[in-house]
Parts: sequence; structure tokens; C-alpha cells
Amino acid sequence: MGKKVAIVGSGQTMHGRRFDLAYPELVNEAIESCLINTGVDAKDLDGVVFGTMPSMMEGVALTHFYFADVLRAKGKPILKTETCGSTGVSLAITAYYWIASGMADLLMVVGSEKMNEGDAQATMTTILEPFYQMYFIAGAPGVFSMQSQEWSVRFGIPEEKVRDAATRLSIDHHNDAFGNPYAHIKQRLTPEQVNTARIITYPVRLWDVCPTSDGACAMIFASEKMAKKLGKKAAWVKGVGYSGEEYWFGDSDKVMWQSAIQAAKQAYDMAGIKNPRKELDVAEVYNPFTFQELLYYECFGFCDFGQACDLTLKGMFSKDGELPCDPSGGTLCTNPIGATGLIRVAEAAMQVTGQAGDHQIPGAKQALAHAMGGVDQYNGVMILGAK
Amino acid sequence: MEKKENYVIMDEVTIPYELAYGRTWTQFFDGFREEKILGSKCPKCGRVLVPMRSFCPRCFEEISQAVEVSQEGIIISWALTEYEYFGMPTKPPFIGALIKLDGSDTNFLHLIGGIDLSNPEQVRKTVKNGMRVKAVWNPEKKGHIMDIKYFEPVK
Repeated sequence: MGKKVAIVGSGQTMHGRRFDLAYPELVNEAIESCLINTGVDAKDLDGVVFGTMPSMMEGVALTHFYFADVLRAKGKPILKTETCGSTGVSLAITAYYWIASGMADLLMVVGSEKMNEGDAQATMTTILEPFYQMYFIAGAPGVFSMQSQEWSVRFGIPEEKVRDAATRLSIDHHNDAFGNPYAHIKQRLTPEQVNTARIITYPVRLWDVCPTSDGACAMIFASEKMAKKLGKKAAWVKGVGYSGEEYWFGDSDKVMWQSAIQAAKQAYDMAGIKNPRKELDVAEVYNPFTFQELLYYECFGFCDFGQACDLTLKGMFSKDGELPCDPSGGTLCTNPIGATGLIRVAEAAMQVTGQAGDHQIPGAKQALAHAMGGVDQYNGVMILGAK
Repeated sequence: MEKKENYVIMDEVTIPYELAYGRTWTQFFDGFREEKILGSKCPKCGRVLVPMRSFCPRCFEEISQAVEVSQEGIIISWALTEYEYFGMPTKPPFIGALIKLDGSDTNFLHLIGGIDLSNPEQVRKTVKNGMRVKAVWNPEKKGHIMDIKYFEPVK
């Protein structure tokens, strides 16, 4: 086991369509905010960890070099981590490894995306080889629709019930986003609006899908010694898990989804969690699609397989439920992809340190953060605690 | 005074690639020219993997044995795509599906066709998981994944 690792604090941009700033300036908005919130002097950083989605998203490759100035990285080591949608959690895990190894005491971790400047689905298609899969996987919605459809049929969940549960999540999260000052899409929705919205990839409709966001998130990770010196209320990394599957979409079961189940199990084992629903106070589950969020509840052991719809409709995972999920509005309301997973970690840290403001879950002591990358290929989980 | 908008620059990155299929995928697509779908049988776990590959991702064993699998199979899952994005190689509406071909141990991705796609509610009533489908070949073969036009329901 490595050394203890603390999260001192974070900063986020106002996420949305940000043509008011050039990309490095957008990244800087999160960093400025992070340094102010944590009181860290950038001169004291031992290194910087940065990541995004594939470079084609913004038309510039190796953006960590482009952003070196605002990353305050001159004269310092810089690491780039890039794992598609799970980039943000991978960034946090990279920083965790670096400090847990004893090789650094103070790091800044930054994830970003300026998606409105390019074409998100076209970029995502470039993660597929052009021999075979690219012709059949219609960006992210196509993949997630197939997965959700297979899940509901396998467990015999009536289509109408899945629709109702997805609608409940969509309404809740878009409403929760009003409590999150950084969220991109905030909307009061009626069931009818969600259920009759434009079809993207059947049965996924417009309000089941995350937006295209510009945004960045910056965080400070520290050793125990440095965290004490900084004197801020810190969140502590209790467990990490990252697990994957074969590249080919048809090679593995995406319902009894091993990478998601394994990633959570690794993190729970490390954190000593036996019953996640009881022992977690809040979860920031990566939910670019309402339908997929339901499956994650089951893969993460929040409930048994086939139960997520019923429990969601009973309010188990609502803001005032037994295990509140995505009280920030989650990825469904804000998705600057390279930042998204890191935002989950930042939100979890805010929750366990009592700094989540209007979307604070009262008394939260232990939280889960999660993100997924590739064509349903890799999942990453981090558990944070107040102590 | 009117607020001045910041400038934007229009940019495009176009790079030609010449990507090698290599020996194994060349053999796979040569099979297409004879209207055969080939898989690779792992010498250790015995699974038949489609499309062909030179390496078993579970056993880490090199694979050299090619076996022909059936052109028929069952639908494992499917999605009807109704939206389009830049550079999309298949034009909507289309159904992408995972198909378990008889004699293979993995699911094969391709299109479901030969049915009317104009009404999603109607499609939902027609296309079902577990439904048997069969490959329909393009008469002209290019050694390409779209040499199979689509899979259509077996009547």
C-alpha cells in the first residue's frame, strides 16, 4: 500500500458554450479558481497531470504542451493521461499513484475539453478502426442504446418501466443542476417533454443525452505532510479501481459488465467497503445517458441486477434518497469530456468536505466518483473519504 | 457602443492515411470475396472469434487456425440511429446490431436491413433480440466490411 493521498481542493470553469475565451484561457479559468480555493502557490507544485479526449476534438494535438504556460508547468514534469471518457478519473488515479509512491508531495491535476469548437461524435468515431466497427457504431448514443436495450431484454424489464426510470433520472438531474453553479444545462422538465423529445438512437431521446460542453476542472492532490502544512480541510483517497475489456465491442458481455463491476470491486476492497449502498453517502456516477446510469447502479452493487428501475422510481437514488447519485446534475447536464471524470472526483471531494453548497448532501463522509471510456471498454472508480 | 464579437478562425485537419490490413484481416476480407465469414479458433480456449485475429485477447495465444462460421445468427442487441454527424460512414436511418453467428463465440457487428426503417415504433415491433438474421451480400466485392450489405430477418 502506498502513502496517504489528500485532495486539497478544486476549481471549475462555468461550463457551457465558451466562445468568449480561447482554449488556454478557458483552462486557466479553472486553474485560477483552483489556486485561489486551495491557497496553493503554483511555484510549490512538484508536477502537473493533464488530459483530454482525443486531440481531434479541438484540432490541436498534444494540448498539454500548448497549455504548458497556464498549467504553470515551466521547469516541472508534466504527465498526460488520455483514456477517452474516463480521462478525468484516470487523471486523478495518475496523481494518486504519483503521490502514493512518495515521488511527489504536491500536484495540480487538470482536465479540459472545448467541444463546441469541433464535432464531438465525429471525433469519437476516430477511436474506432476504419476496417470494421466504425460503420456500425453511431458515436456514443449508438453504443449505449445497444447496451441498454440488451440489458432490459436480458432482465425482462418492460420497455415502459425503463422509459419511466430514465425519465425520472432526466427530470431529477436537470433539476439538480440548478443547485450547481458550474452546470451547463439546467432545465425544469415534465415527463411528457422527456418522453416525446426527438429520438437520437431509439430508445434514447434528446433529454436522455448529455450536452456538448466547453469546460475545465483543476484539482490539487497532496501528500499527508503537505496537506497538513496547507491546513485546508481535505478529502482522502480511500480506494481506486480501473478495469477494462477487449477492444472489440462484440467480444465481451456489456450487461454483466466486467470492467464496471471489477473497477468498483477493486476500489471497494481497497476502501474496505462491503455494502456500498449503506457505506457510501453519495455517488457521482458517470451518466452521459440516463439509460446507462441505471446499469451502473447494478454493476456497482447499489442494487441487484434488474432492480435499478424499480428503486429509481422509488427515489432511492434521488437527492433525498438513501444513496443520492449525481446531485450535481452529473454528466447528463455537463460534459466537457476530458474534464468530466475529474469533475466527478472534484464533486465527490466537495461533498465529503462539506463544500458542495446548494447541492451538498448533509453529513456526507464517503463518496464514489466514476467515469467510463472507449466503446464501453474501460471503467474507473475512486472512493473518497472525509478522514 | 455595440459589443464586438471575438474573432474565430475556421480550420480543418485533413490527413490521408494508408492503413495496412495485415495478413489476418486480408485473409478475413478475402473470405468475403467468396461470400464466406471467417473466424479464428484459439488453440487454448477453443473460442471462435469473429472477425479473424492473430491473437486471443484472453489466453494471449497466437492463433493461426481459420474456421468458417455460419452466415446466419441471432440478434443480441440493436440500435436504430436517427441522427447524423460529420464524416459518418453509414447514413441514417440505420440499425447497427450485435449478431451472434452460429459457430462463433463472439458477437459480430453489422447492419440489420431489408425492412422499412421510416417508423421507429414499427421497427421496434419488427426487430427483436433473439431474432434470426442472415447475411445479404453485395454483388460486387471489394474486400471490405460492406461487402455484406446487411443482415436481414430469416423468413
